[in-house]
Amino acid sequence: MAKVLMKGNEALAEAAIRAGCRYFFGYPITPQNEIPEYLAKRLPEVGGVFVQAESEIAAINMVYGAAGAGARVMTSSSGPGISLKQEGITYIAGAELPCVIVNIQRGGPGLGGIQPAQSDYFQAVKGGGHGDYKLLVLAPATVQEMVDLMGKAFDLADEYRNPVMILGDGILGQMMEPVELTEQNHTQRTEKPWATTGAKGRSPNVITSLFLDPVELEKHNLHLQTKYDRMSQETLWENYKTKDAELVLVGYGTSARIAKAAVDQAREQGIKAGLFRPISLFPFPKNALQEACKQANHVLTVEMSMGQLVEDVRYNLEFKVPVHLYGRVGGMVPTTRSVLEEVKRWVNSGEGGGNL
Amino acid sequence: MRPVFHRPEALTAIKTHYCPGCTHGIIHRLIAEVIDELGVREETIGVSPVGCSVLAYSYFNLDMQQAAHGRAPAVATGIKRVHPQKVVFTYQGDGDLAAIGTAEIVHAAARSEKITTIFVNNAIYGMTGGQMAPTTLLRQKSMTSPKGREAAPQGYPIRVSEMLATLDGAAYIARVSVHNPQEVSKAKKAIKTAFEYQMAGIGFALVEVLSTCPTNWGCTPTESLKWLVENMLPVYPLGVKKMQREVSI
Repeated sequence: MAKVLMKGNEALAEAAIRAGCRYFFGYPITPQNEIPEYLAKRLPEVGGVFVQAESEIAAINMVYGAAGAGARVMTSSSGPGISLKQEGITYIAGAELPCVIVNIQRGGPGLGGIQPAQSDYFQAVKGGGHGDYKLLVLAPATVQEMVDLMGKAFDLADEYRNPVMILGDGILGQMMEPVELTEQNHTQRTEKPWATTGAKGRSPNVITSLFLDPVELEKHNLHLQTKYDRMSQETLWENYKTKDAELVLVGYGTSARIAKAAVDQAREQGIKAGLFRPISLFPFPKNALQEACKQANHVLTVEMSMGQLVEDVRYNLEFKVPVHLYGRVGGMVPTTRSVLEEVKRWVNSGEGGGNL
Repeated sequence: MRPVFHRPEALTAIKTHYCPGCTHGIIHRLIAEVIDELGVREETIGVSPVGCSVLAYSYFNLDMQQAAHGRAPAVATGIKRVHPQKVVFTYQGDGDLAAIGTAEIVHAAARSEKITTIFVNNAIYGMTGGQMAPTTLLRQKSMTSPKGREAAPQGYPIRVSEMLATLDGAAYIARVSVHNPQEVSKAKKAIKTAFEYQMAGIGFALVEVLSTCPTNWGCTPTESLKWLVENMLPVYPLGVKKMQREVSI
């Protein structure tokens, strides 16, 4: 199929429809507005439902209801809205309902700004709301990948009965790139015998996250943890010139694109640099990261935050290699030149060592 | 011999946790009788709230979802949009619906979601131990208005039914009570109408049911019924507040 030029947010929305999503509940917030706008037009054309909710909180609770009723359903927002949704997200995780939540990140904290950022990393990969729970978190780096990950996101949500987050940023949402929209029409493959559809000829189904008996609640938590452990088989990543890399850059999403350009420029100058790009942020591709950093004397994360990914990289490398941070925030985007300077600084520092 | 009184099919045999003299049990039964009479038990999905009736999903013999505090109308919206042919109702208390969930109920009514809401108003937070509710009366004592609620600084009680009746999307709004057999009978009729409104596809329907809370009011069950009549009825007048049209299905 021929490629078309599409904005990230619109391509993602179209991909959701092609993945069989027929229900969207959301609330306007920049820089993700093209997603609800596109779906407001497209969903009715395919017999779907678009509802603009009165609040982010209402939107995520509509997702809860629709997911509990057995539907393929999604919502999208950006930082401040995702914070409001946390109540609903923890209920969805607790009640084990499948859905997709898109966060097109902007700068924070508070109202912050509307320019791209990656400062919601912790919120996304560590749970986000109250209680012990995890989301599956996928981080695309191109418009094509935004498309390709949507079908996977819905399938993973169904398979694990768990919310899946697509963690993008304002650049990915707003930029246009050629994209191939696959013809394959994903259909819902997973049966949902637990869904509330009316108790016809069976005993009632109940969707709840309430377990008043602590023995039962602990059992429920242990069951959830087993599920999160099982998710480790779903890790996704990209290696770029890491085989002989003495300095490995680590970044996801937009930052990884910038880091990749820095790798090429470093190589031109004879520096053995490489890029490790986690695509699944939870589960984190620990083994692949360790493999990619085998030859590394230095690891440098490139992120649009004051240092969030860097903590997971240090932890997953088990503190065996020095891991440095290059972060820009508030909507400021790292440049290839500044990343390259940082690379040279560490290569020339004489410090480092301690291979894996 | 034919039994003349039995448990509605829409109720389970599970013993409820409600306090003696609490009227939740009556209201549960009325809803269950209506669902049985309308023949929609296997087509109905209920949404339970946070509060005393959080465990309603154990007492109704129906598919049920448990919603976060105040969010039942949003959850019900999600369910109904997926299953427009099914019957969807929420069961909510006054703290849930008239405080933390005010936005959700107002906008569900404004969108005229084809759902039915049973709103149980006992003028207090029951489950958490008797704190002031948005519907707590002036001068009524509670754990967080120990000297009695004062308009300043604690604000006035909210008349939810009258407020919602002003919305174009509200199709049927009624306030009933269950303090004596006649009123119980009227309450059942209103609840039935509210479900019929949904089934006829007319729009949003809500029945506010004045209810007692002997435990947190500090009264006996009998005193509670008297307290409701003397104190709540003057502030919360009974009757149909909005009826878009007559309905028969």
